[in-house]
Amino acid sequence: MTGEGARQQLLKLALIWLVLLALPIWMPLVGGYLALGTRVLVLGLAAMSLNFLLGFTGVLSFGHAAYFGLGAYGTGLALKLLTNSTPLALVLGALLGGMAGALLGALIVRRRGVYFAMVTIAFGQVFYFIAFRWNSLTGGDDGLRGFSRQPLNFGFGSADILNNATYFYLFVLAIFALAVTAMGFLLRSPFGHTLLAIRENERRARFLGIPVERHIWLAFTISCFFVSLAGSLNALLNNFADPTMLNYTQSGEIVIMVVLGGMRSFWGPLLGAAVFVVLQDYLSSLTTNWMSFLGAIFVLMVLFFPRGVLGMNFIEMIRSARLRLRAPGLSR
Amino acid sequence: MSQLILFNVTNGFIIGAFYVLMALGLSLILNLSGVINFAHGGFLALGGYLAYTIAPFVGFWGALILSPILVALLGLAIERLMIYRLYGRDPLYSLLLTFGLAFIFEDLTRAIWGATGLPFSVPAFLTQPLSPDLFFVTQYRLFMVLVVALVVGGLFLFLRFSRLGIRIRAGTFDLDTVSSLGVNVRRLRSFNFALGIYLAGLSGVLAAGQLSLEPTMGANLLMPSFVAIIVGGVGSLPGTLVGGLLIGVAAGLTTVFWPAASEAVIYVMMAVVLLIRPRGLFGEEGLLS
Repeated sequence: MTGEGARQQLLKLALIWLVLLALPIWMPLVGGYLALGTRVLVLGLAAMSLNFLLGFTGVLSFGHAAYFGLGAYGTGLALKLLTNSTPLALVLGALLGGMAGALLGALIVRRRGVYFAMVTIAFGQVFYFIAFRWNSLTGGDDGLRGFSRQPLNFGFGSADILNNATYFYLFVLAIFALAVTAMGFLLRSPFGHTLLAIRENERRARFLGIPVERHIWLAFTISCFFVSLAGSLNALLNNFADPTMLNYTQSGEIVIMVVLGGMRSFWGPLLGAAVFVVLQDYLSSLTTNWMSFLGAIFVLMVLFFPRGVLGMNFIEMIRSARLRLRAPGLSR
Repeated sequence: MSQLILFNVTNGFIIGAFYVLMALGLSLILNLSGVINFAHGGFLALGGYLAYTIAPFVGFWGALILSPILVALLGLAIERLMIYRLYGRDPLYSLLLTFGLAFIFEDLTRAIWGATGLPFSVPAFLTQPLSPDLFFVTQYRLFMVLVVALVVGGLFLFLRFSRLGIRIRAGTFDLDTVSSLGVNVRRLRSFNFALGIYLAGLSGVLAAGQLSLEPTMGANLLMPSFVAIIVGGVGSLPGTLVGGLLIGVAAGLTTVFWPAASEAVIYVMMAVVLLIRPRGLFGEEGLLS
């Protein structure tokens, strides 16, 4: 990477983190509310985790809601029955989803393409029915209630994330930062480059002696772990978990966030999640037929902007357009 | 007890027949075009509701014949307008497109016909139970199984012996060769898609008389149909047939002993099949995997 490119990259990162860190200040100014920002972060993390698999490993999972929901239920149950430490409950929830991902992943890594998608969708539904039917533990259709996030205790002081929305946002941002940094480092490591190689040409990767199945299984498990962490945060956000979080419609929504933001970009899915969450919030306040509008977004998106209308692709588009304007003689 | 078991196995068999019709349509489309049609449940519900609307004018029999054809025509239009653009592209896109269509279908059905269940009346002579002992075997259920058997039999004969059917099966294995032999693949896929949607519409009409008409009735049948395809083996239509009946009966049997697990059991079956025989019961190795 040239010095110029590295500086631009650094500038972009600084800008993203600055915008996220200052969100509690600017969100009310543009007419939003802070919980909406927190929701964007949570679903953004879910979308970025899915993209670890979808965009960077090239494996089509359409059942990630299962792990998102498992994290939520795990954290909710941990807070209700086991502990009153929020971070511990968070870790337990994420581990639950991650372990489920590791188990099911082992069953399905040999499948590819449409087949893989279909198996992930179908398996996702198991957890939906468990949550829906196991009334005594999960509260069934009514959802899991009776838990709430607990104030953080640092030893030298405490933060009341239950009642102070800004503190909670910052807590979510901190977890988000940890998770995203971890994924970023993983993708820059030799392991991450191997995943890219598998995405680009699986057969060649196999000829080079790369254990493809093991890599895909690892990527699947990592992705499930982080999506489950996002689900855990979602349970903390709402102090509630319900079966619809596990349903395949939720999976579809996470996938569309990724595609909306651009699958080839690391940060794109966050932007996709922001657009989706804000749009959903706005549409559902506007009309009872918001499902049709949401469906129309899916359809239009796929037909006209398959590479993502947003995210870095958009910036690329502007940049290349500007280049063409600057040097008209050189362009084709 | 034995009556209870018989009752639930019969129930499971009937539900299995729905899975079969739905899964066969999904399978046809998946095999030839590589598209997982998420909107299949939406087409099914539409078939039921359309039959409900036109039945006062054309009667039950008219609705049984007309409604699936109308739904198939709508399917054809959607394929010609949108879905054909996605053939050969990453399956992600057709998944998302049909997913969005499913949203629109469900929402529009709810907007037009309402969210609460509607009754769909079948001819009186079909509602009689067979005997007081076997109160659950109504004539309608027998009739339904008969229709499913006829349609499935017809479909298999069509695929086995007609020129068009042979082309569809050949295309499942090697579409490029079929194309280079001079077959209009574009048209073949359109026809095949409409055929799949016809099956969805037909199961919609049949389901309307058995279950109640609800906007989500098709979506509820969608996931088990996926399981039926995977258990039977992707790429194999007989496999889909066996898979559908198998999981229907398994779910019915589980209802007797452990009702809460009746939905989850089919996924356990799928896990077992994937573990022991990853290609599915009748699946061919290497196809679509």
